[in-house]
Amino acid sequence: MNKPIRRVSVFCLILVLALMVRTNWVQGVQAHAWATNKNNDRNKYDRYAYPRGNIIVGGQPVTNSDFVNGLRYKYKRSWIDGAMYAPVTGYSSQSFGTSQLESLEDGILAGTDSRLFFRNTLDMLTGDDKKGGDVVTTIDAKAQKAAFEGLGNKKGAAVAIDPRTGAILALVSTPSYDPSTFSGSSAADAKAWTDLNADPNKPMLNRALRETYPPGSTFKLVTAAAAFEDGKFQNPGDTTDTPEQYFLPGTKTELKNASKDEPCTNATLLDAMDVSCNTVFGKIGAELGGPKLRAQAEKFGFNNSKVEVPIRATTSVFPSNSAPDGTAMDAIGQHDTRATPLQMAMVAAAIANNGTLMEPYLVDQERSSTLAVVSKHSEKVMSQPVSATTAQKLQQLMESVVQNGTGTKAKIDGVTVGGKTGTAQHGQDNSGLPFAWFMSYAKGADGKQVAVAVVVENGSDDRSEISGGSIAAPIAKSIMQAVVQGK
Amino acid sequence: MSTFDLSNSETDRRGARRGNTTITPQNAPNRRNTELAMLGFAVVLPMFAYANVGLAMDGSLPAGMLAYGLGMGALALVAHLLMRRFAPYADPLLLPLATLLNGLGLVMIWRLDKAGKLLASNFPAAANQLMWSGLGIAFFIGVMVLLKDHRILQRYTYISMAVALVLLAAPAFFPTRDGDFGAKIWIHIGSFSIQPGEFAKIILTVFFAGYLMVKRDALALASRRFMGLYLPRGRDLGPIIMVWLLSILILVFETDLGSSFLFFGLFVVMLYVATERTSWILFGLVMSIGGAAVVASVESHVQTRINSWLDPMAAFADPPPVGTSEQIGQTLMAFGSGGVTGTGLGQGRSWLIQFAAKSDFILGSFGEELGLTGMMAIFLLYGLIVQRGLRTAIAARDPFGKLLAVGLSSAFALQVFVVAGGVTGLIPLTGMTMPFLAQGGSSVVANWGLIAILLKISDSARRPAAEPEPATAPASA
Repeated sequence: MNKPIRRVSVFCLILVLALMVRTNWVQGVQAHAWATNKNNDRNKYDRYAYPRGNIIVGGQPVTNSDFVNGLRYKYKRSWIDGAMYAPVTGYSSQSFGTSQLESLEDGILAGTDSRLFFRNTLDMLTGDDKKGGDVVTTIDAKAQKAAFEGLGNKKGAAVAIDPRTGAILALVSTPSYDPSTFSGSSAADAKAWTDLNADPNKPMLNRALRETYPPGSTFKLVTAAAAFEDGKFQNPGDTTDTPEQYFLPGTKTELKNASKDEPCTNATLLDAMDVSCNTVFGKIGAELGGPKLRAQAEKFGFNNSKVEVPIRATTSVFPSNSAPDGTAMDAIGQHDTRATPLQMAMVAAAIANNGTLMEPYLVDQERSSTLAVVSKHSEKVMSQPVSATTAQKLQQLMESVVQNGTGTKAKIDGVTVGGKTGTAQHGQDNSGLPFAWFMSYAKGADGKQVAVAVVVENGSDDRSEISGGSIAAPIAKSIMQAVVQGK
Repeated sequence: MSTFDLSNSETDRRGARRGNTTITPQNAPNRRNTELAMLGFAVVLPMFAYANVGLAMDGSLPAGMLAYGLGMGALALVAHLLMRRFAPYADPLLLPLATLLNGLGLVMIWRLDKAGKLLASNFPAAANQLMWSGLGIAFFIGVMVLLKDHRILQRYTYISMAVALVLLAAPAFFPTRDGDFGAKIWIHIGSFSIQPGEFAKIILTVFFAGYLMVKRDALALASRRFMGLYLPRGRDLGPIIMVWLLSILILVFETDLGSSFLFFGLFVVMLYVATERTSWILFGLVMSIGGAAVVASVESHVQTRINSWLDPMAAFADPPPVGTSEQIGQTLMAFGSGGVTGTGLGQGRSWLIQFAAKSDFILGSFGEELGLTGMMAIFLLYGLIVQRGLRTAIAARDPFGKLLAVGLSSAFALQVFVVAGGVTGLIPLTGMTMPFLAQGGSSVVANWGLIAILLKISDSARRPAAEPEPATAPASA
């Protein structure tokens, strides 16, 4: 019987070998895929098994990692001024995952990034506890605070950018939420999460980056830019051929100005910008035509779905197939034109920076837990929307608006300020309360610069009280003061 | 030299070493000291594992470590000393191997008990398992001492069949309980429950060995050619068809895929060894595949198992499909997270597999904490047990002993394959226990018995002065 027994032995050997091969396949070849599978809860537990790195603003962490020593989770994320910084940091919750910087920089914060491998290996060998690295942001704490307090309990957003570098100095969205309220895994955390998600005011929405609004009159600068670049006008002082009554091309619909007695008939570009004439810029837009306007808008960043700071911003839109009457409305930031607050801040920044648009960014440095710099942001030119000469003409227009026009509330003594107001109609037949916009830049005597965009969704219950100049300009002013005067 | 050479002539022709597995010359070392040394290793290694868990989870050496070491050590030592007296020539490896696996299993169960608060339904099992391990070793000792010669079992051929059938059928008549999760493989008596299938494995092997020893010539010689294959006569097919039907019935009524596969595979292997006809293997394969296909198309739970084998992550959908279980997906993720080196004992999170982490899926816990490296070691330990068993079969001088040893070893091998294959996703999951490692009293006790019988056969095979054999058909090589 020995021969069959030997054969059976070979068969048993094959069984054991098959198990070994299969296990090698699962634990060797496929291991990474299984370990990083989205259903593998170990990743959640690992993220909070040791101190998570922090997000730094102005040298100070705005986040903490609290030792809670739970059964599953050893650490829990908490925030200092969570509501103020939520649009920057996002959340990092044991039960509900991560978002924004907490998500995009998770590798650094959790210490799993391959660039930290050497450090981690050393820690493992020396027995030090693992710790995540830090993410240093570009946010200016004073500007952030000014924006957050300026918006107060209104609904809206504010973005401030350093025009020379693209560094984002303030990023605020209100109403906001405190990520600390649901960073754990208890029933209270779950309730906070559901409540926030069900809140009709959408506190979890990052309005500065992830919401688009009709930009209203602030868009007139893009239209003016296209007109200068096209050679339609040479100087801000050029008069425009604008009738008293302007009908949208091919229709009997009159495009009206804010009031009848505004000096818009044949106004110069400078005066038209000061008082924000719809007729002037509607007509210029219609005459330039959709394609030219769109090309100009796209140079500023419209229709670009890849604006990442590194949080991806929603695409700002300039439509591509409007009828001529639509194009006239597009040109004054109504109809189908939509922009994020970040987008309008980029327009202001490009103008302030003599026509060069720097890529906006939020993360200045990534550091290991030992403060060794892992990566540092290098400034990049995103595009050159207008020539330097055009940019200077646009600066004249904007500075005139603040000196003599609708934006006087943004004046700052001893500081060059340029701005543009916007009051954007929206809703079915413009039934909604208009959005108050203000985009501006400030250049301090000591070379500090900032470009700002502010939008307020519900400035006042009374329609007549809402205008960009009265509601959004003061907020923009306080942000600019915080940056250029350190107030 | 004696006539027993006949059965070993092949060994010589292939130039294999005539050492400790063939006839041992007088005064040759009986290897008991080797066994003692390895037994020490098999007791100390789990103690280190124990310390490892304690240090990782509490930062201190566990209080029970020494007690465990002394307890397990004492039990193993008693078993060893009795072996010196009752089975002096037996294989030196099997006892240490079983002790080591049992010890590792105990440590892992204790480690998972410590994570108890994380399990939805947790019953501390380590103390129980320790008790059962003690009983298992006691059973081992009992077999050692009371079974004078393995050939005595031959007398119980038909009684074995009856007992095995009763044992196998019993669970179908007992109501299932909440803790059984749908499989009817337990007999509940009060708070006490046993898995008769584990014992039936051994008892059936005894029956097969006894039956085939008598019938082997009839099955081997009286056959007719059909399409180039030798097929047995109809009347000799009877018992085979019966066993096959039995497997199918177990499958249908007790939803126990693993056992039916095991029994059928076992029978085919033993039939082949007894008759030396390849046609039996083909025949067996055709029948098992046919039966499995029929049952799979009828039985929904079999289909569920196959589906979760094909797509282990389907259960994670929201909402999960009816009848799916996260276990296999969780186990694969445990394996993957363990990777090559593992997280280290006490540092994994295999409690995510939930209630079955200690029982059917304990390999997942090992895979995560000891990694691929540890898994290979565990498979080698199992492989060694099978290898020593099969060597015993080759060395055995009587056909009954050969058949019994080959049966027990292949049953063991098949069970390891079915469980580990199911857990690692090689084959659909069948829900059996990993011998010695997994939580389960019946399994531990039965497998200790299996090792004891193998050692008995091994002892008589390597005993220098052979006893006269009972008159049976001569062993054909």
